[in-house]
Parts: sequence; C-alpha cells; structure tokens
Amino acid sequence: MDLGPYTSFIASSYLAVALVVLLLILWIGIDYRTQKARLRTLEQSGVSRRSGRAATEVR
Amino acid sequence: MTLIDLANPTRFLALVARLLPWLAVVTAVLLAAGLYLSALAPDDYQQGATVKIMFIHVPNAWLSMFVWGIMSVASLGTLVWRHPLADVAAKAAAPIGASFTFLALLTGSLWGRPMWGTYWEWDARLTSVLILFLMYLGLIALWRAVEDPTRAARAAAVLTLVGAINLPIIKFSVDWWNTLHQPASVMRMGGPTLDKAFLIPLLVMAIAFTFLFLTLHVAAMRNEILRRRVRSLQMMQARSVSSDVSPGGASGQIAGAV
Repeated sequence: MDLGPYTSFIASSYLAVALVVLLLILWIGIDYRTQKARLRTLEQSGVSRRSGRAATEVR
Repeated sequence: MTLIDLANPTRFLALVARLLPWLAVVTAVLLAAGLYLSALAPDDYQQGATVKIMFIHVPNAWLSMFVWGIMSVASLGTLVWRHPLADVAAKAAAPIGASFTFLALLTGSLWGRPMWGTYWEWDARLTSVLILFLMYLGLIALWRAVEDPTRAARAAAVLTLVGAINLPIIKFSVDWWNTLHQPASVMRMGGPTLDKAFLIPLLVMAIAFTFLFLTLHVAAMRNEILRRRVRSLQMMQARSVSSDVSPGGASGQIAGAV
C-alpha cells in the first residue's frame, strides 16, 4: 500500500486514534479494578449493603 | 426487559456482565473489517491517499455529536423522568464523547494541512466543533467539582440541554455560512454523493465506532454505578462510626473525613 507524499499525515491520524482508544480502554479497565478493590476493602471492614448482597456483586 | 426494569442498578449490572463480551467481539470484528476495507479503498482523484483519513475523521465527528445527543436524552431522563440511571449514562458518556471530539479535530487538522495548506482555520464548522469540545471539558469539570452526584446531575443536565443548541449549528454550519469545510456528502437530501468505493468503508467504520462507543459506554456506566456504591457504603460506614462515638467534636471529624 503506497500512501505517497502524505504517509506521515495518514499514519499520524491512525496512530492518534489507536492511542486515544487504547487509553480509553485502559482507563475504563483500571477504573473498574479500582472500584472493585475499594468495595472489597469496605466489605472486609464490615460494611454491608442494605440488601445484604455482596458489594462487589456485578452479576 | 423494559427500561423500567433497568432502573434497578443491580439488574443493569447483570445485563452489562452478559452484554459486554458480545459488544466487545462485535466491535473488534467491525473495526477489523472497516480497517481492511479502508486499506483497500482507492486513492481519491483530488485528495489522493489522504482520503483514508476520512475513514476515521468522519466517524469521530459523527460520534462527537451523537454522544452529546445521547447525553441530552439522558439529561431529559434526569430532569423529567428522574430515571436513576439517566445521570449515570450522561456522566459516563462525557469523557468518551470528549475523546471522539478531540480525535475529530486532530484528524481533521492532519487532513487539512496537506489539502487546505493549513492545520486550522477559524471557520464555522471547525469553530463550532471546538466549542463542543470545550463544552465536554466544562461538563466533566462540573461533574468533578460538585461532590453530591444528585446535585451535580441536575446542573449538568441543564448545561447539556443548553449545549444541545450547538448540534444543529455544527450540522448546518457548512450550509449557513461560507466555510472552508466541505458540505455534507453522506447525510444529505438526495442521498450520498460519495462513490461506493469510499462510502462502504466509511459506513463500516462509522458502525464500528458506534459499537466502540456502546461498549465503552456500558463499561463506563458500570464503573460509575460501582463508584456510587462505594460512596454510599463509605457514608454508611461514616454514620455507623459517628453513632458509636459519644456526642461531641470527635464524631463530626470522623464523618467529615470519609
């Protein structure tokens, strides 16, 4: 695939999109793990939900 | 399952757990197909190979407006129907929408330099999209500035609905004003003006990015529900600690510290 004289502009665009999407996925994944860890800590400290269900339950 | 059933966050989380892997797979397949078709697309007779930037620029630009539209509907859900998940949906969508808007501006700029001879021009389309990006940032800042999610939700919902005025301005800016940005070539009266060789990869990429948004959005909504669960458990913990401590200065300090 020959992109001609505009290779740097095209490659930069695709790389930027890939990078930002990857950062979004990582941020959301790390945030999920952080919230689950905080809930686990709270549960271990003896706090429980009014419903009696596990705080970390997501199913 | 109806919309009312989804008002229960626990039920929503169960649905997300089932739905998320499928959404991720569909997104990955569509993105792979879209990238493959984009790579195969011929050069445009005027733009040359830079037409390939359009296959990522246009979906990001569409989604920048689509996400604000979703947030506007969610804001109505917060203000009118008081749906418990409406503000969760709006808050979770804002950073994703801001990212798509940033990418639309960046890829448009990288296309503009070789085609227009400039990275930026203060024309109506570019400026109105920049304003949309700034509104996203303002909304994210508002959510972070107000600690109580219910109060933040109402203020953010009003701001979102006011900001929705910008959507038709962005869409019709190329018709209302004399701009450097080209007029609509896909969503227009009389059908698309694009050749199938470009239209098909563009539509596949647009659908792929829409699924990417849906996947990221439901995952971000799940995180927001868990964050609120953490907050309510911390408040319960603070209350139980303050009720254990005898009335006086100490209890207030413990409750305030959590």
